[in-house]
Amino acid sequence: MALLEIEDLTVEFRTASGLFRAVDGVSLSVDAGEILAIVGESGSGKSVAMLAVMGLLPWSAKVSARRLVFDGNDIAHLSARERRRIVGKDMAMIFQEPMSSLNPCFTVGFQIGETLKAHLGLSRSERRARSIELLAAVGIPDPERRLSAFPHQLSGGMSQRVMIAIAIACQPKLIIADEPTTALDVTIQAQILELLIALQRETGMGLVLITHDMGVVAETAQRVSVHYAGQKVEEQAVRDLFADPHHPYTAALLAALPERSTGRHLPSIPGVVPGQFDRPPACLFEPRCRFATARCRDKAPPRQGALAGFALCHYPLTHGRPIGHPNPAGREVAA
Amino acid sequence: MPDQAPRPGAPPTTGPLMFSFVVRRILLVIPTFIAIAFLTFVAIRLVPGDPIEVRTGERGISPERLAYFRHELGLDQPVWKQFLDYLWQLAHGDFGTSLSTHAPVLTEFTTLFPATLELALSAMIFAVVLGVPAGVIAATRRGTFVDYSLMGVALTGFSMPIFWWGLLLILFFSVTLGWTPVSGRIDLLYYFEPTTGFMLIDSWLSGEDGAFASAVSHLILPTVVLGTIPLATIARMTRSTMLEVLGEDYVRTARAKGLSPFRVIGIHALRNALIPVVTVIGLQVGMLMAGAVLTEYIFSWPGIGTWLIESIQRRDYPVLQGGILLVSGIVILINILVDLLYGVLNPRIRHAR
Repeated sequence: MALLEIEDLTVEFRTASGLFRAVDGVSLSVDAGEILAIVGESGSGKSVAMLAVMGLLPWSAKVSARRLVFDGNDIAHLSARERRRIVGKDMAMIFQEPMSSLNPCFTVGFQIGETLKAHLGLSRSERRARSIELLAAVGIPDPERRLSAFPHQLSGGMSQRVMIAIAIACQPKLIIADEPTTALDVTIQAQILELLIALQRETGMGLVLITHDMGVVAETAQRVSVHYAGQKVEEQAVRDLFADPHHPYTAALLAALPERSTGRHLPSIPGVVPGQFDRPPACLFEPRCRFATARCRDKAPPRQGALAGFALCHYPLTHGRPIGHPNPAGREVAA
Repeated sequence: MPDQAPRPGAPPTTGPLMFSFVVRRILLVIPTFIAIAFLTFVAIRLVPGDPIEVRTGERGISPERLAYFRHELGLDQPVWKQFLDYLWQLAHGDFGTSLSTHAPVLTEFTTLFPATLELALSAMIFAVVLGVPAGVIAATRRGTFVDYSLMGVALTGFSMPIFWWGLLLILFFSVTLGWTPVSGRIDLLYYFEPTTGFMLIDSWLSGEDGAFASAVSHLILPTVVLGTIPLATIARMTRSTMLEVLGEDYVRTARAKGLSPFRVIGIHALRNALIPVVTVIGLQVGMLMAGAVLTEYIFSWPGIGTWLIESIQRRDYPVLQGGILLVSGIVILINILVDLLYGVLNPRIRHAR
């Protein structure tokens, strides 16, 4: 049985101008010891879905799911108190902005020790010993002295290491890392990723890596879930995804990698992710898709099978060619 | 320059940096004092009637006698010379003597000040103890009936003229219900020598039956009246800073740790939200002194406020000038203390520049 199972998760925000659907019927599963990458542009709802799993969304969010099970617990129907016993202990999260994610008013030691006290009930001296151990484990030099440091005395990379130390404090079964390297320098990015992967291998925990960096995905993940405008549009093992993307959006994302560019210009996907007011009626990617037809505008796309990467598309690609498309060459002549 | 932070591990806000900060702040006080002395000095002399005229009243006095008394008090000198003489006197630590009681201004101040301090402290505690939780509750229940009613009450409190509010409370609680006394610090039945000057402590120490209860009941209404505006300000300020802080990433981190809402809000968010609130509390101290003058007058509270108002009526120049200087000194001192507290609350603050 999977460690985390999400079926048909929908998150809607109450806004002044009505409901905004940020996550639209997403299903995912993560096994113990697995690294799953969730990929998508900004605004594709990938962070929101995971925040919903953690129960960290603001009150204006309406979360519904057919099934939301973590480690045998039906987390959608737990009381807030029961849920808090899991969150931070068995399931922990690392955020995008390490500098602002640590509380500026408290020392590093306090912020790590707090988790240990809340979940494991360790005594003061046990907490201190364990905190030093954790800081050493995430590669912070001179951990004993860093315990009394305040967040403003740490660099971004150091802060993210502290955040990781807090996340692994209670030996969680699952870590959700929400773009953990986006706010860091390129050289530090690799270090932090390596650290996460090493910790994952050592402890055998599950790791969900939210990112928009295809390079990171290729280096780390085992399985990839591609999201667009709140929907999961494709899911494949990482090797297969890079070899043969089935959804046109995935293909476009891969084509946009600088390493794969052949011409003088970097390829890009024209347009932006639709927002609350310009949501297309049927296929959400249709306005930006080079294969879109009238059918894509009128009828919501079906979910394809495992062989087609569970692509949410009328004409899933196979080796770059849309199956069943009236004009496989592209959009120009398509009515 | 926030980047000049000490090395990790070194505890902030202590040592020589702190010392030089305090010294610099105290040196800055001197020009402020001269300005305050100048303003009060000129302002009171712009008011028609000098101490002699006020004392002789409507019956008048012969021009020779008037000139004689004025000469006695040095009032026949040009104002600039009087002012320089006054500064010279201040520089020697002499605040002068009251024209009506002939007691040194400093002695009168130190006898009366504990009464004002007791009232002001009590009002501040009242305002903080009710204001901070009210602001936190309003922020966490944002947009609900609770939020709107709390903030409505706060706005009303903030807009209330002190003298009217005081009279209203006296009318209702003292006159109609008879629950609290109308004026003074303690019942006339009790008499004991002041030891600390704080009526609550003195009455407790005196051991007399009911003295402490009487002192408390005298303190309630003035506390409410004086504390209302700071209470409203603190509640509104706490609400707005709390709302800001609740959206911060570190609050989400705290929730992601699985901490109880009480810990997330009461420790992680509140500690950060209080930093601006402490500044506001510091600024309120000046307002509190101004409010104390009116409140004391309404409740015949024998403190600095009553003393200053009477000194205006008597044109008691030394009392007014010295009294205002001393009160401003206290306000400035409290502001420095608040700045220091700010550094304790917020580890990012460094006063070295």
